[in-house]
Amino acid sequence: MDKIFIKNFNLYYDNFHALKNINMNIKEKEITALIGPSGCGKSTLLKSLNRMNDLVEGCRIEGDIFIDDKSIYGNGYDVTLLRKRIGMVFQKPNPFPMSIYDNIAYGPRIHGIKNKQKLDQIVERSLRAAAIWDEVKDDLKKSALRISGGQQQRLCIARALAVEPDVLLMDEPTSALDPISTAKIEELVQELKKDYTIVMVTHNMQQAARISDKTGFMLNGELIEFGKTVDMFTVPKDKRTEDYITGRFG
Amino acid sequence: MSKLVRYIIKISALITFGILFLIIAYILIRGIPSLKPSMFQWEYTSENVSLLPAMITTIMIVFLTLLIATPIGVFTGFYLVEYSKRDNKLIEIIRMATETLSGIPSIVYGLFGMLLFVIRLKFQYSLLAGTLTAAIMVLPLIIRATEEALLSVDNAYREASFALGAGKVTTIFRVVLPAAMPGILSGIILSIGRVIGETAALMFTLGTATGIPKGLFSSGRTLALHMYVLSTEGFHVNESYATGVILLILVLLINGLSTFLSNKLTKEN
Repeated sequence: MDKIFIKNFNLYYDNFHALKNINMNIKEKEITALIGPSGCGKSTLLKSLNRMNDLVEGCRIEGDIFIDDKSIYGNGYDVTLLRKRIGMVFQKPNPFPMSIYDNIAYGPRIHGIKNKQKLDQIVERSLRAAAIWDEVKDDLKKSALRISGGQQQRLCIARALAVEPDVLLMDEPTSALDPISTAKIEELVQELKKDYTIVMVTHNMQQAARISDKTGFMLNGELIEFGKTVDMFTVPKDKRTEDYITGRFG
Repeated sequence: MSKLVRYIIKISALITFGILFLIIAYILIRGIPSLKPSMFQWEYTSENVSLLPAMITTIMIVFLTLLIATPIGVFTGFYLVEYSKRDNKLIEIIRMATETLSGIPSIVYGLFGMLLFVIRLKFQYSLLAGTLTAAIMVLPLIIRATEEALLSVDNAYREASFALGAGKVTTIFRVVLPAAMPGILSGIILSIGRVIGETAALMFTLGTATGIPKGLFSSGRTLALHMYVLSTEGFHVNESYATGVILLILVLLINGLSTFLSNKLTKEN
């Protein structure tokens, strides 16, 4: 079943045409990777899915995106609710300057959960889901800025999971991490696929090949090719895709 | 060459410290012997120039000034950083106004305060007129400090908060404000120092009455004014030095307190 359906989607920053007529359907509980050279629009496309682009001044869209068959740009769609349903993990780990516990509890709290026991449960469940519970369970009061970068990124994943989304967007989640932390995150992402639909932007083609089910290749704001990862990396249909994955440009 | 540079740098640091040390030592040496318990009596008389009323007035005026200037200044800072759209003309105007305001000599504030509050609005020499004048004077300091503090808060925090579905107000109060607090606080402390040390702006607005103000429309004098008046009158120069000692201690206390507070705040983060 299609979880996300992107239809004739165009996006402009002032006069710059950043996304050109994107059509894409993303299946439920799959990992979809977006690859392409810097500035090709893959992060912009990702941020269109939870309307983070609304925050950018001068940003304008045409076309539409549907999640569970409902238009997220249509009238009356609550952006707060949308972002609650679609968690996001950023390129650089960005935990709040608060304790580990408060970081995870932030989301549930702003959505109205005050009960201490309930919060405790959510914190434990989220940290377990992000495979970091065993490392931090004894220092939940510790500042989140004092754990390692890799742990911080898993904490950010846990923070996103705490509001019970069904889609996770990841914007180059491992580009600021060392190889061991990267491996841990990749393993975690594979695990999370059982419960979540994941869309991930990556610079790292090996990563896309390793963990994704589908891959989209973007260039200059266009979606050049989109299909099964296996197919794309073995028999790319488009010449430009082939050039990119064989390292001829980008 | 590098030796020469290091030499010059060291001398500069030494001169700076030396001057500060000299001033403090001079005031302490002249002032401490003149400190008498009688200077801390409730009543000021021409025989016993008690400084206690001035001390209480100082605390009153600092408190009232902050009460007015802090919310206005902090919210203005928030407007400038968090709510303004790019290419907004109003922002440029506010920014230019704050910069100009912070460059104006304090006697000009004093004259303005006198003409507007004391004469035009008929407040007389009063706590209210002094407070309002001082508040206008420290406003740019607080706005600037808030602005800088907010700008230094990593945008990634705001993004993370928005991505979890938080609104603007929630994000500002729960994430941005706590992170910016030490910077804002340092602006407020700078303002306290400015008010405590001010004479020119207060002389013609607060006045120089010797008692403790009985209300908002009653005049008084701050420690700095007390010191100034005593030394110009020339009858109580020693007491003026003693007042200097108390003023110095007050400033040191406030500095200590502020360092303590901002350390505590940053540590919690």
